[in-house]
Amino acid sequence: MTAIPLLDIRDLTVEFQTRRGVVTAVQHVNLTIAKGETIGIVGESGSGKSVTSYAVMRILDRAGRIAEGAVMFTNIDVRQASEDDMRELRGREISMIFQNPRAALNPIRKVGRQIEDVLLEHVKAAPSEVTEKAIEILDQVRIARPRERYHAYPFELSGGMCQRVVIALALACRPQLLIADEPTTGLDVTTQKTVMELIVELTRARGMSTILITHDLGLAATYCDKVVVMEKGYVVETATARNIFTAPAHHYTRKLMRATPRPGASLRDLLPEEEAPASSAATVTKFPVADRKPLLVVEKLLKEYPRKGVGGMMSKFMRRGPAPEPKVFRAVDGISFAVNRGESVGLVGESGCGKSTTSTMVMRLIDKTDGTIMFDGEDIGEIPAKQFAKLPMRRRIQMVFQDPTDSLNPRFTAARAIADPILRLSDIRGSDAIRARCEELALQVGLPVELLDRFPHQLSGGQKARVGIARAIALKPDLIILDEPTAALDVSVQAVVLNLLQDLKESLGMSYLFVSHDLNVVRLLCDRVIVMKAGKIVEEGPTERVLFAPEAQYTRDLLAAIPHPTFEPEQADPARVAAGS
Amino acid sequence: MTDLAAASRPSSGLAALLRHSRYVIAENRVTGFAFGLFLLIVLAAVFGPYIVPHDPLASDTAAALKPPSMKHWFGTDQIGRDVFSRVVVATRLDFFIAVASVALVFLMGGLAGVAAGFFGGWTDRIVGRIADTIMAFPLFVLAMGIVAALGNTVQNIILATAIVNFPLYARVARAEANVRREAGFVQAARLSGNGEFRIVLAQVLPNIMPIMIVQMSLTMGYAILNAAGLSFIGLGVRPPTAEWGIMVAEGAAFMVSGEWWIAFFPGLALMIAVFCFNLLGDGLRDIVDPQRRT
Repeated sequence: MTAIPLLDIRDLTVEFQTRRGVVTAVQHVNLTIAKGETIGIVGESGSGKSVTSYAVMRILDRAGRIAEGAVMFTNIDVRQASEDDMRELRGREISMIFQNPRAALNPIRKVGRQIEDVLLEHVKAAPSEVTEKAIEILDQVRIARPRERYHAYPFELSGGMCQRVVIALALACRPQLLIADEPTTGLDVTTQKTVMELIVELTRARGMSTILITHDLGLAATYCDKVVVMEKGYVVETATARNIFTAPAHHYTRKLMRATPRPGASLRDLLPEEEAPASSAATVTKFPVADRKPLLVVEKLLKEYPRKGVGGMMSKFMRRGPAPEPKVFRAVDGISFAVNRGESVGLVGESGCGKSTTSTMVMRLIDKTDGTIMFDGEDIGEIPAKQFAKLPMRRRIQMVFQDPTDSLNPRFTAARAIADPILRLSDIRGSDAIRARCEELALQVGLPVELLDRFPHQLSGGQKARVGIARAIALKPDLIILDEPTAALDVSVQAVVLNLLQDLKESLGMSYLFVSHDLNVVRLLCDRVIVMKAGKIVEEGPTERVLFAPEAQYTRDLLAAIPHPTFEPEQADPARVAAGS
Repeated sequence: MTDLAAASRPSSGLAALLRHSRYVIAENRVTGFAFGLFLLIVLAAVFGPYIVPHDPLASDTAAALKPPSMKHWFGTDQIGRDVFSRVVVATRLDFFIAVASVALVFLMGGLAGVAAGFFGGWTDRIVGRIADTIMAFPLFVLAMGIVAALGNTVQNIILATAIVNFPLYARVARAEANVRREAGFVQAARLSGNGEFRIVLAQVLPNIMPIMIVQMSLTMGYAILNAAGLSFIGLGVRPPTAEWGIMVAEGAAFMVSGEWWIAFFPGLALMIAVFCFNLLGDGLRDIVDPQRRT
């Protein structure tokens, strides 16, 4: 460790000029990073973790400014440096990896060319040798067949591959500091593992420093030397990864730790200590589930999609003659399973495994290719999706969507959104009666009644999730499909929402089909788990059995990829790089 | 904080919109100016005939071709009609043609476009081909053809202007509806038991209204120009009705002999109206869609 830190942030305060006055996003943050050190900044949304890194790069948007404090990068004062100097600094000395790799890449330029651009921009290679150099860099980030992939466009690569290209771009000029802003959010766990291992390995080999910005305490603790926890613009705790995990000092850190789903913790354990007993099972009157007969039986369900060529919408619009014979892609390949009354079943798998297609078919939003979907003794698979919307059966199967923002009409108030199914499919008539039902539902999901007249953009993520849940239970359905209902939420909100879902299930006697990629979350809520891969079921069984004694290799890989630092016995995992993506 | 408290009150939608509009107008002087002009145009359209100093149709050959004076602010034309009165009174007709044609094209183009974007397939192809066919003609020539074929009445001018604008509306609406086709709230509406047509009208359409309103304001200016243009070449409103296009056409002959005011003032009114609607479109976009602000 050298005496002069690589990056020294002193008393940093960042303000944003808004219509409601000045908002301070980051308050008096102190942070130093030594050469070769990896630091994790952890916090929930709005904690100021990204803004801090933007201030370091001086890429705050127009409304934001550094109000106080100093940011020293080696001996350069970032606040005082000219824009030309900053341009040199960015990319060459400090580079950044963004959350969405596809958005960070130019969609109409070959990835190899994009790497060349960076090299040429910062004069790191002569024009004659730049192609070779770009291929070499692609090879370094372990892209197989780099010479071929040099000519690939971003849309031809998977999410994990794109993130590798972004890493290649960030590391092309051998910077001294890498800022990774949620680099693996949106990637599958196994891909996340390979990407994180790649980042750690490359930065360590080059003696680089890394700032990892993430909401996932487990991820930060697994890969960082030091962890900084931020809340509402303040740094609440700075400690080594081991200390954060074994002896968190600040109550906010403890709250985050508690809320993170992990093996050995029950659903109630996730709630903050002071709230846990009040809302726990004691107050919930269990709905009597008389029989555990199968409610939903899916047999040999098959969904095939024609494999389309490039340029879907446009070519469809312009098409004149018959299209070339389409090849068939099997999204769901003959799966069978059952969900009993009052049971919750988890459907787990990585992106593209067919879990969402399966749930959408069961939901009767798309038509199956083959197989049967028996719901309470009736084959609903035979009813075309278009007609199903108006049938009385519709009210018995409902869904909670993945993205609470996307699933609420921005032009409808919360009350209007909840009232929608009541208006269409129930016998309740008259605005007063509907309003009363909405308020009752709001109460049930813990949404303050005065928020019912707000529009989605005036609600927080957790509140929007509650609106979505209220809408789903409005018709007292028998089966609810939960499509990653907490994926877009902060962990502490996730903890509350998961508990709410559990309480509702018990009090209303519903069955859940819980679709998720997160085994830890599934474990909390589900009685049984189905693991899917490439359209097929690879493993099925009681949750505890599947998660603690998995039979299929794929399940074991999934479990191993979950970042969870085990500090006592040193992790006996010799960097087994699973073939990601 | 008081703002936040206010926002949580029931029926705060309108109040919030007014507050937001006030903010945008105060923030952007040009928008405020455009709104002022718009108000002026609306007032002239509504009250014009009651407030003008002279009868717009009364000729007075003794006072023909008089330059602007205290008695006749904008001068008089070749048969002694007061140009100022005619310009003000003409506002109602031109404004009406513009509003009616824009409303009509919104109903035709907007709904066809939303349906095309949402349903795709055959609906999309048919609407797309209709739009392409209309765009294959020089638009003004097409409008001329429609009016010439159907007869030059106010209704036909409105219809021609609407048809000419159809592709613009259909395309914007189609693009906006298309991105919302698979949105979560559309799926959720299906689960709530909404039929496809109800989803289009009650769920998708309200979401693209902001962008359509901006589009309407921007095409208002074009609609006024189109109507005036048709009248200018003799295919629109018939003389002696006061209408800006006819007045410019009539006055054009007198430009060479030095009586500039006959064509100049109606031309100026036309320019201000078009200018106002274009500025208004930009301002409205700021109000209805804060993310797209420049």
